[in-house]
Amino acid sequence: MATLLIAEHNGTELAPATLSALTAAQQIGSDITVLVAGAEAKAAADAAAQCAGVSKVLLAEGDSLAHDLAENLSELVLSLAGDYSHVVAPSNSVSKDAMPRVAALLDVGQLSDITAVLSDAQFQRPIYAGNAIATVTSKDATKVITVRAAAFDKAAATGGSAAVETVSAPAANAASAWVADELSESERPELTAAERIVSGGRGVGSAENFALVEALADKLGAAVGASRAAVDSGFVANDLQVGQTGKIVAPSLYMAFGISGAIQHLAGMKDSKVIVAVNKDEEAPIFQVADYGLVGDLFDVLPELTEKL
Amino acid sequence: MKVLVGVKRVIDYNVKVRVKSDNTDVDLSNTKMAINPFCEIAVEEAIRLKEAGVATEVIAVSVGTSASQEQLRTAMALGADRAILVESEDGAEPLNVAKAFAKIMEQEEVGLVILGKQSIDSDNNQVGQMLAALTKRPQGTFASKVAVDGNSVSVTREIDGGLRTVKLELPAIVTTDLRLNEPRFAKLPDIMKAKRKPLETKTFADLGVEAKQHIQLDKVEAPAARQGGVKVGSVDELIQKLKDEAKVI
Ligand SMILES: Cc1cc2nc3c(=O)[nH]c(=O)nc-3n(C[C@H](O)[C@H](O)[C@H](O)COP(=O)(O)OP(=O)(O)OC[C@H]3O[C@@H](n4cnc5c(N)ncnc54)[C@H](O)[C@@H]3O)c2cc1C
Ligand SMILES: Nc1ncnc2c1ncn2[C@@H]1O[C@H](COP(=O)(O)O)[C@@H](O)[C@H]1O
Repeated sequence: MATLLIAEHNGTELAPATLSALTAAQQIGSDITVLVAGAEAKAAADAAAQCAGVSKVLLAEGDSLAHDLAENLSELVLSLAGDYSHVVAPSNSVSKDAMPRVAALLDVGQLSDITAVLSDAQFQRPIYAGNAIATVTSKDATKVITVRAAAFDKAAATGGSAAVETVSAPAANAASAWVADELSESERPELTAAERIVSGGRGVGSAENFALVEALADKLGAAVGASRAAVDSGFVANDLQVGQTGKIVAPSLYMAFGISGAIQHLAGMKDSKVIVAVNKDEEAPIFQVADYGLVGDLFDVLPELTEKL
Repeated sequence: MKVLVGVKRVIDYNVKVRVKSDNTDVDLSNTKMAINPFCEIAVEEAIRLKEAGVATEVIAVSVGTSASQEQLRTAMALGADRAILVESEDGAEPLNVAKAFAKIMEQEEVGLVILGKQSIDSDNNQVGQMLAALTKRPQGTFASKVAVDGNSVSVTREIDGGLRTVKLELPAIVTTDLRLNEPRFAKLPDIMKAKRKPLETKTFADLGVEAKQHIQLDKVEAPAARQGGVKVGSVDELIQKLKDEAKVI
């Protein structure tokens, strides 16, 4: 038994989600190889080699791996998969794109977004927006798995000293080309890695009003999140959506302003340690999951909170 | 160019599912069912491509029990030209669904396949990517914008850090995200007309697909319920609770 763990990184550092997926990998078995792929990723590979419990690091660098194109990344993983019983990645937009391709090319099923490891073949994963938890057994020789980072503690990033081996990047697939990125730039912490999140919903009313949410977030050193309604209305960028079909988060503190608490939103945040909800409707479903609920107008509460903290 | 769209029958997104008391599965008896919301967006996009003269024919495909005919009829009321039902038990696995789509794609000489990014019941997010891999075609997942231009399609994708645009050679597979479009509602005369549109039924065997079991469902449980909390009366009280009781600030 051996696991290939595909790292999420930015070229120089591992994403925290990689360390959560490493914990899941450690629960599956002890022989763990980490694959670090990208245009330039040497520093990230060195970081992976330092992690406790990593036996080996594979570094693949090349132009074909530059923009996370699934066609190329899946070829790389497929070329290595033969040596492993498990291929594991933290769940993110890159692995969601590429891992099902790996599974299909291996003629195996994929276990998406696991939240618990029960054995090397049996896992738990949420279904129906987290309103049910399925226990499933993979019957395939190779198990392709994505891991919900919020459900696992982060493994230690130090204490290891694995060797880094270079593997070659695949040829670029001619049928698929990267054109452009329009990435959100923010000084705030990344949503899925943040310890505190301040989120706004339709009740915030406009992109300008979101400054009130941002001011509190900055006071708390928190990330900014949003409901789908806030994103669809153009208040904030798409990558801030929390929920069943957005980001799944579990910070120590999640504060929801003007969010009603639809099941799709709750699916993304109900495992947060402490939930605060501010809503002017005392019947809003968000109060059913909130540790501290405040019935009130967010336009009064937000400035007062920001000032008094 | 023919466009194939996936139409999956799932629980209505407004309904909160219950787990069966014997923990074998969720209980869908007497539950309102609907087209998976992401598939509705796929159907809408395909119809718009037809209205724009880009698509010549829109074919809706569902893998499921005969009950899925209802959702295929809805897709035809919305504007799909015809439908194919691949009959199977409920809960067909993504790889098997992808294999069925791959065969249909080949038989129909399809130029573009539009699927949802995710089924809201199984939350898998797999079929489109698997289909692309099986057919060795490029993919544009989580699309918020699709523009066909001659032999290629530009797809703007919602990714973790923002938006990314890729250019794919056709035939290609696209999966929809929430902001691609706002689906229309079916009009009554169109619902009547849809009853006369062709709906063909096939089996996995007809398509030459061996539906294997890869993942076994052992048990389904309700998630741990969150303890209902308290209401606070003022911002001062909230701050005090967060500091002294929850100790998170
Ligand atoms: C397939 C699918 C996937 C989805 N995925 C997601 C997802 O990932 N994430 C997500 O969030 N949603 C998702 N949704 C949407 C979800 O169903 C809800 O529509 C959405 O979460 C509602 O957002 P909201 O709470 O901001 O808006 P609303 O439901 O409109 O609630 C606004 C709230 O603000 C309150 N309010 C208004 N003004 C004030 C004020 N001045 N002060 C205080 N409170 C105020 C109101 O009382 C109300 O409770 C999905 C839906 C579908 C169909
Ligand atoms: N049984 C099915 N019938 C038709 N389309 C399906 C089926 N299962 C999945 N799909 C398509 O694939 C998309 C992604 O599904 P999934 O990979 O199951 O999350 C869905 O939105 C559908 O468009």
